[in-house]
Amino acid sequence: MSAVDKEVAELIELGQSIVKRARGAGADVAEASVHGGSHLSVKVRMREPELVEEAGSRALGLRVMLGKRVASTYTSDLSKAGQQLLIEDALELAKLSEADEFAGPPDPSELSKPTQWADLDTFDDAVSEIAADEAMQRALDGERAAFDYDSRITNSEGASFTRARGMSALVTSGGFAGGDVGTYASVVVTPVADDEGGKKRRGYHWSAARHYAELESSRAVGQEAARRTLAQLGAKKLPTQELPVIFDKDAARSIVGLLAGCVLGGSIWRKSSYLVDRVGTQVASDLVTIIDDPLLVRGPGSRAFDGEGLISRRNIVVQDGKLQTYLLDTYSARKLGLQSTGSASRSSSGGISPSTSNLTLQPGTISRDDLVADTKHGLYVTGMMGFGFNSVTGDFSRGASGFLIENGELGHAVSEVTISLNLDQLLQRIDAVADDIDHRTSIASPTFRVASMTLAGT
Amino acid sequence: MTGRYHAPFAEHGSHAIDADIANRLLRIALGQGGDYADLFFEYSVSGSYAYDEQILRSARRAVSMGLGVRVMKGDATGYAYCEELSFDAMKRAAETAAQIAAGGKPHSPVGVTLRELPDRYPIAVESIDVDGAAKKAILERADRAARAADSRVIRVDASLAEGVREILVANSLGHMARDRQPMMRFGVRVIAQDGDNRQSGSSGGGGRLGLEYFDDRAPEWHAEQAVKQALVMLDAREAPAGEMDVVLGPGDSGILLHEAVGHGLEADFNRKNTSNYSNRIGEEVASALCTVVDDASLPGSRGSINVDDEGLLPTRSVLIEDGVLRGYMQDRHSADFFKTTPDGHGRRESFRSHPMPRMTNTMLLAGQDDPEDIIRSVSRGVYAKKFGGGQVDISNGDFVFSLTEGYLIEDGKLTAPLKGVNLIGNGPDAMRKVEMLGHDFEISDGIWTCGKDGQSVPVGVGCPTIKISAMTVGGTQVGGG
Repeated sequence: MSAVDKEVAELIELGQSIVKRARGAGADVAEASVHGGSHLSVKVRMREPELVEEAGSRALGLRVMLGKRVASTYTSDLSKAGQQLLIEDALELAKLSEADEFAGPPDPSELSKPTQWADLDTFDDAVSEIAADEAMQRALDGERAAFDYDSRITNSEGASFTRARGMSALVTSGGFAGGDVGTYASVVVTPVADDEGGKKRRGYHWSAARHYAELESSRAVGQEAARRTLAQLGAKKLPTQELPVIFDKDAARSIVGLLAGCVLGGSIWRKSSYLVDRVGTQVASDLVTIIDDPLLVRGPGSRAFDGEGLISRRNIVVQDGKLQTYLLDTYSARKLGLQSTGSASRSSSGGISPSTSNLTLQPGTISRDDLVADTKHGLYVTGMMGFGFNSVTGDFSRGASGFLIENGELGHAVSEVTISLNLDQLLQRIDAVADDIDHRTSIASPTFRVASMTLAGT
Repeated sequence: MTGRYHAPFAEHGSHAIDADIANRLLRIALGQGGDYADLFFEYSVSGSYAYDEQILRSARRAVSMGLGVRVMKGDATGYAYCEELSFDAMKRAAETAAQIAAGGKPHSPVGVTLRELPDRYPIAVESIDVDGAAKKAILERADRAARAADSRVIRVDASLAEGVREILVANSLGHMARDRQPMMRFGVRVIAQDGDNRQSGSSGGGGRLGLEYFDDRAPEWHAEQAVKQALVMLDAREAPAGEMDVVLGPGDSGILLHEAVGHGLEADFNRKNTSNYSNRIGEEVASALCTVVDDASLPGSRGSINVDDEGLLPTRSVLIEDGVLRGYMQDRHSADFFKTTPDGHGRRESFRSHPMPRMTNTMLLAGQDDPEDIIRSVSRGVYAKKFGGGQVDISNGDFVFSLTEGYLIEDGKLTAPLKGVNLIGNGPDAMRKVEMLGHDFEISDGIWTCGKDGQSVPVGVGCPTIKISAMTVGGTQVGGG
C-alpha cells in the first residue's frame, strides 16, 4: 500500500467511526466526509522571497438525518471533544430542522462500487516532493523572465508557486465508503508596467497541472505575463456602440461559468435561473455544444464518483444549441421529478448540491487568428470585471478590457467600458467558435464571437 | 462564563495559553534570526439556518480552530499553522515558520503582556448561544410577511448566519490580546413573477450584534423591502448606455467608495508602488468636498474590531481630507516601511492566512446638500440605490459595480426603474467628479464581505447621497433610453 493509499484508508476509518457513533446517538442517516491535505506556497517579489507558507490540515464534515430532518456540521478540531461536539451539534440541529419530504440519500442499489471507479490519474508523487528551494527557484525564474522580457516591466506584484496534495473520504450509513486523492502545482506571475497619466497596468499569466511534468516552464509563464501586461499600455475607452465581440478563451470561460450556474438543479427548483422549463429548447446558437465530463484524465475537476457515491458520468448539457439536461444531485432530481445525473458535490462543511466537474464548451474548427481576421470591426475581450449578472433574468453587463479589432487586426488596448446583453441572447448570437482550448481550469471554453453586443463607453 | 462555545486556548480552557507559553513559542519562532514573529490563535464557530417553502430546510454549524505562526525577516514572511494545540504541534509550526530566516542569529522577543481592549460589540447574548427556535421564528416571520405582501411573490428564501470568533494574538513586540468577535447576518430574497417576467429582490443586514438587531429592523421590514424591490424590477426597463450624471444613494453606495478608493489606499500596494495612489500623500486626489475615513470603532458595525489580527489597536484613520490624500491604512510591516504608527489595519481571514492591510468601516463623510436638491440638479442620469457588488483593479483604479436597484433620473425626478445596470469608472477620476454631497450620511446595514488575495473579511461602508458628474453607465440602450 502506498503512503497516500494508507492515508486515505485512515480517513475512511475515521469516517466509519463517526458514522457509527452518529448512528449510535440516534441519527437515522449519517454521512461523514473527511478531508486531509498539505500545501507549500512560495511567493517572491522584486527578485526576493516574500512568503513561504507550509502546513497540513484535516477536517471532518457530518450530515445527519432524523427522519426527514437534515442538519450538517463541520470541525477542524479532531480531538475527542471536538468529534463529540460535531455529533451532538448535528443531532441537536436536526431536531430543529423541519421534515423535508425530498431529503434522503440515494437508494443503496444506486451506489457505485470500487471496481467501477475509473483511474483518473489525478495524483502525482512528484508534486508532493517539491521542496521549498525548488519552489522558490520556480517562482524567481517566472518573475525574472517577466523583467527580462522588456524594460518597460518596471514593477511586480510578484510571482508565486504552489504545490498542494489533498485527499478525502466519504462514508455513508447507506453503505458507501470511498476515497479520492489529488495533487496540484501552479505558477503565477503578475508584472506591472507604468502607463500614461500615472496609471499602472497589471497583467498576469499562470499555469497549473495535476502532474508536475505538465506544468509550463516558469520562463514561458513569465514571458506571457509580461506580454499581456505591456499589451494593455495606452488603453482607451471607446464610444458607446453596438458591435461584434470576441471573447478570448479566458473571458469565454467566465461566460460558460455563468451558464453553468443556471443549469444546476438547485437554481432550477429555486426558480433562480432563467433556464427554468427550458430543457429541449434552443438556449444557444447551433455552434454550441457543452459537455460536463468528470472522467477527464488528469482533469482539474475530475471525480470517479460523486458526492453521494453515485458513479460519475459524462453529461451532454447543451448539444448544437439545445439544452439537453440540468445537472442534478439526488435531492434536486427528486424535487424536479427527474433522475440524478451523478453531479452531487459535497462541500467540506457537509452540505450537498449539484456542481459541474469539467465543463467544456466544445472547440470549433476555425483558428483564433482566423476568427480575428474574419472580424472587420469589433471588440476583442481578454478580461472582465464586476458581478453584473442576474441569474433569474439572464441580464448580463460587465466591465470589459481588451482590444479594438479593426479590419481583421487587433488594434489599441481598450479599458473602462462595459458590455451588455442578456445571456440567453448572447449565447444565441455566437456566430463562430475557435479551436483553441486548454484544460487548466475545470470550466473551459475556446475563443468565440458574439455577433453583436452593446458596448457602453464615452 | 456561559454558553456552549469557548476557545480551548482561553484562560480556563482545556489548552489554556498564557504569557509563558506564548513567550516560549515566540522564542522558538525567532530562533533562526527572524526579526518579528506573531502567534494567532483562533477558535471560530459559525452557524447558518435556511428557511424556504415554509420549512427550516437546513441548519449548519462549523467549528474551526488552530494556531498560525508568522515570522518575518525584512520583507520576507514565513508562515505555518497547526490545528491541534499540543505543545509539540505548536512548536513544529513555530520551527517551520522560523525557517524563512534560516541561518541567522536568534533574536529575543519582548516578553508579552495582556492588553486592555475597548468593547465595540454591544451584545447581551450572542446569537450562537440563543435557542434555535428563536431564530427559526425570525425566519418564519420574514417568510410570512414576504408571501403576504403580494400575490406575485412565488418564492421566498430567508437565512440567518451567525458566528463568534475568539482570538488570542501575541507578538514579539510584547503585545498580547484576547478578543471575542461575534457576528450576525440576516437576509431575505424573494422572486416575483408576472406572466413570463420573473425578477428577484433582496434585503438584509446585521453586524456585531445579537438578535436585538431585530428590535429596530424587524424581519418583516426586510421582507417588505425585498418584495418592493422585486416588484419594482418587474416594471424595469433596459438601462441606457453611455456617459451621464450618476447620483448614488446614501449608505449602500459606500461599497463604491470601498472599491474605487479604499483598496488603493491599503498600504501594502503603496509600499510596493503598485497602487495608483502610490507616492501621492499631500496631493489633491478627490473633489474638495470629500473626506474619507476608515474607523474600526463604530459600536456593533460589521467592520468593527477591538484589536487587529496582529495584536495592534485600530485608530480612526483619515485617508482623504477635503480632497487631499493624508495617509494609507497600515499594518505593522507597512507602518515600519513608511516610518509611521501602525493603525490597526492588519487583518486576516483565519489562522490559516497571514495578515494584510485591510479596511474596517470605510466612510465618505456627510456634505451640506439636501438630497432632494441633488436629484433635482440632474436633467438626465441614473440614481443608484442598491448594489450587488463591485471590483477594482488597484493598479489603475478602474472599477465596476452592478446595481440591484436603480432608477432613471429625468428632469430632476426619479422615473423608471432600470434593469441590468453597471457603473464603470476610475476611482481617482470619479472622486474628482463628486459635485454634490448630501447631509444624509448613513452606514450601510451589515452585509458586506471584502475579498483580497483570496482572503475574505467582514467590512462596513457608509456615505451620504453623492452626485458624480459623467460616469459610464453600462446598459443596453444606445442613444435613447
